[in-house]
Amino acid sequence: MTPDRLVQSALLLSLALFVIGAVGVFLRRNVITVFMCVELMLNAVNLSFVAFSRALGTLDAQVLVFFVLTVAAAEAAVGLAIIIAIHRHRDTLDLDAFNLMKW
Amino acid sequence: MSIPLFEAILFYVFAGLCLVSALVMVGQRNPLYSAFALIVTICSLSAIFGLLGSPFIAALQIVVYAGAIMVLFLFVLMLLRVGPEEVEAAGQQRVLKVVAIGLGALLLAQVGAVLAGTHLQPPTHFDASSRSMARVLFSPQYVYVFEATSVLIVGALVGAVVLARKEP
Repeated sequence: MTPDRLVQSALLLSLALFVIGAVGVFLRRNVITVFMCVELMLNAVNLSFVAFSRALGTLDAQVLVFFVLTVAAAEAAVGLAIIIAIHRHRDTLDLDAFNLMKW
Repeated sequence: MSIPLFEAILFYVFAGLCLVSALVMVGQRNPLYSAFALIVTICSLSAIFGLLGSPFIAALQIVVYAGAIMVLFLFVLMLLRVGPEEVEAAGQQRVLKVVAIGLGALLLAQVGAVLAGTHLQPPTHFDASSRSMARVLFSPQYVYVFEATSVLIVGALVGAVVLARKEP
C-alpha cells in the first residue's frame, strides 16, 4: 500500500468513525454511552491528525494529539464525577430525566 | 509476501475491526458491552497509528485510553450498577432516529466526496520516533503548553474529588 493510499484510507476511516460517534450521541439515551460516543469522536479526530501529520511530514499535529489525549483524560474524570453526582440525586442515567434547566 | 501488501492487509483488518466494534458500541443497549466494544476500537486504532508510522502516539493511545480512561468508565459503570436501556415507545423516538441517521449519512457523503477528491503527497521518509517527538514537544514553542497541562490535570483531579464526594 503506497503512503498516499494509506493516508487517504485513514482519513476515510476517521470520517466513518466520527459519523458513527455523532449518530450515537443522538441515538443513545444512557449518559455514559453518550459520553463514550464523544470519546469515539475524539479518537476519530486524533486519527485524522495523525494521518495529516504523515501526509505533511511534520510532527506538530502529533503534539496536538498528545494534548487532546491529556484533555480527554481530564474531561473523562470530571464528566464521570458529574455523572456520579447526578445519579446520586436522580437515581437514573436516562438523559430524558435530566430536564431541570429546561424552561 | 512483500511488505506493502502485508501492510495493506493489516490496515484493512484493523480498520474493519475498528468500524465493526464502533457500530456494536453504538447499537448496543447495555453500556457495559458498549464499553468493551470501545476498548476494541481503541486498540485497533492504536494499531493503525502504528501503521501510519507513529509509534509514540500508538503507545500513548493504549496507555491513556485503554489503560486509564476506559478503566475509569468501567469502574463508574460497575459502581452505579447500570442495566440496559429500556426499549422506548415507537413514534417520535423513531422519527428522531431516522433524522439522526439521515444527517449522519449526509455528513458522510459530503466530507467523503471532498476526501476522495484530495490528492496528498506524503514524503517517503517520515520520522516520528519518541526521540523526535520529544524534540518538538520540549521545544520553546510547546514547552509552556506542556507545563500548563499539568495544571489542567491537577484542576481536573480536585474537581472530580469535590464533585463525586458525598455531601456531609
